[in-house]
Amino acid sequence: MTTGTASVTAAVWSALGRVRDPELDEPITDLGFVHELVVDEPEVRARLRLPTYFCAPNFAYLMVADAVDAIRAVPGVERADVRLEDHFAAEEINAGVAAGAGFPDSFPGEAVNELDELRRTFRRKAHTAALERACRVLLAGGSRVEELAELTLRDVPASPEKDSLLRRRRELGLPVAPESPLFVDDDGVRVPVDQLALRLRFAQAVRVSIDGNASFCRGLLRTRYGEEGTG
Amino acid sequence: MYTKDGESYFIVDSHVHAWDGSLTNQANRYGKGFIECFYDYHRNLSPEGWVWPLEKFEKYGEETLVRDLFDEGYVDKGIFQPTYLSDFYVNGFNTTEQNGAVAEKYPDKFIVNGAWDPRNGETGLKNLEMLAQRWNLKGVKLYTAEWKGISRGWKLTDPWAYRYLEKCEELGIVNIHVHKGPTIYPLNRDAFDVHDVDEAATMFPGLRFIVEHCGLPRLEDFCWIATQEPNVYGGLAVAMPFIHTRPRYFAQVIGELLYWLDENRLTFASDYAIWHPRWLIEKFVDFQIPEDMQAEYGALTTEIKKKILGLNAARLYDLDVPREAQVQPEPADSGEAVGSAPVVSA
Repeated sequence: MTTGTASVTAAVWSALGRVRDPELDEPITDLGFVHELVVDEPEVRARLRLPTYFCAPNFAYLMVADAVDAIRAVPGVERADVRLEDHFAAEEINAGVAAGAGFPDSFPGEAVNELDELRRTFRRKAHTAALERACRVLLAGGSRVEELAELTLRDVPASPEKDSLLRRRRELGLPVAPESPLFVDDDGVRVPVDQLALRLRFAQAVRVSIDGNASFCRGLLRTRYGEEGTG
Repeated sequence: MYTKDGESYFIVDSHVHAWDGSLTNQANRYGKGFIECFYDYHRNLSPEGWVWPLEKFEKYGEETLVRDLFDEGYVDKGIFQPTYLSDFYVNGFNTTEQNGAVAEKYPDKFIVNGAWDPRNGETGLKNLEMLAQRWNLKGVKLYTAEWKGISRGWKLTDPWAYRYLEKCEELGIVNIHVHKGPTIYPLNRDAFDVHDVDEAATMFPGLRFIVEHCGLPRLEDFCWIATQEPNVYGGLAVAMPFIHTRPRYFAQVIGELLYWLDENRLTFASDYAIWHPRWLIEKFVDFQIPEDMQAEYGALTTEIKKKILGLNAARLYDLDVPREAQVQPEPADSGEAVGSAPVVSA
């Protein structure tokens, strides 16, 4: 549900589309997590909901906090009232994000650090999966597995898979120049040819896992709220 | 026993419950949220005609359980995996004693597994001894996301967890079923992370670590660990029902598991009453990896299916398997595991 000035509403929706579920690596708008959006300039009210009551609280916190940041950055918006609904830790998360308390202070005694490392772990997974998808494009085009070790980003044909890989490399701070090696590890180091097949096979498991989780979560959200609730 | 096309399948359902999630047993909103979350799993992945009303799902009773598993569900042996959730349910969700009371009424049908929680310290160690003696435990189910007071879970690598694993070795409790959940202390860590299993499996080579729902939602991390640790197994609860709603994804999961582990380290489970074993077993026996995926994953043979549906768990729990359901022992390696993968022989 959306109301308000069309242009601001569109800008807010678009900003929320850049907020991703850190675990599933998809926009919360596509996943159906934004259940309500009311733009009443200069205030924006948003309600988020998740596939289960017990979705991991750390990921939930990140999405609420990221949504607040994204909305506040839209010109014309001064206040963002974002709340998570129907979740076991909704009260702590909503209060913590609203107060800008940070994660450990939102869960005193239960968390010791911010969520940067957690986010980074899942960005690495997202990169691994994106790399595998890009390699599949190359393999379908006739490349052999061992050749991947020598290729650069320039060798990947323009495709949604390439765009996706570049975006994830940027997020991790990995080089995106055309002459940069294609098959690199989490730290940007080129994977040697003798390890490549195994790494590619593992990347496939990562991709299967992320895709599977995303699909299961969509299904659970539909089950929980019915078709209308899925964005 | 399930028989199809002249083949007999000995069925061990490695993960069943006799739970009480009813309103009167719910201690708070968490108990309500927990059973409703299970119910959504049930509704989301069960075929039409297999979905129960919530009230029945919350508390189905012993007669329904026994009929569903053994009369209608082809199950030869069901393994009770207790889930205490004492902070969520007045009398617990399903405890060793509650499961045991049912098991005693139906001799030879069930295996009773116990549970422990390292946060119970010395007292818990004593209780484990008593539990082991009372129920002749061969296995335990550990739920690392269980809440206890202000605590939001624990890890297998916690010092007290090692004390309990040592106690398991001493007591002959060799099957350690590990179940990850959404919370763990500290909350800033990934609660579903399975890396603590890696370390524990290395430290305790005499124990088998059966990771429930094969590490989902961290399938890849589970595979990576299991390929290196010969005493790590994958329990297929939660993975199985995708066979109906998303058969291609199911094929990928089974394909990945067979690639990284081998066919001797996967065990069938319904997670009853979340899903009914009957349709899972029928569909699995009929299942094949889609043709366009076979170049990548190979095909499922009858022998693989027999192992997964019962023979592997029978080996873990020393169960007698009728001759007609056995497969020929293999002389050498059975799987196509990779990397430094140790392969477990049949």
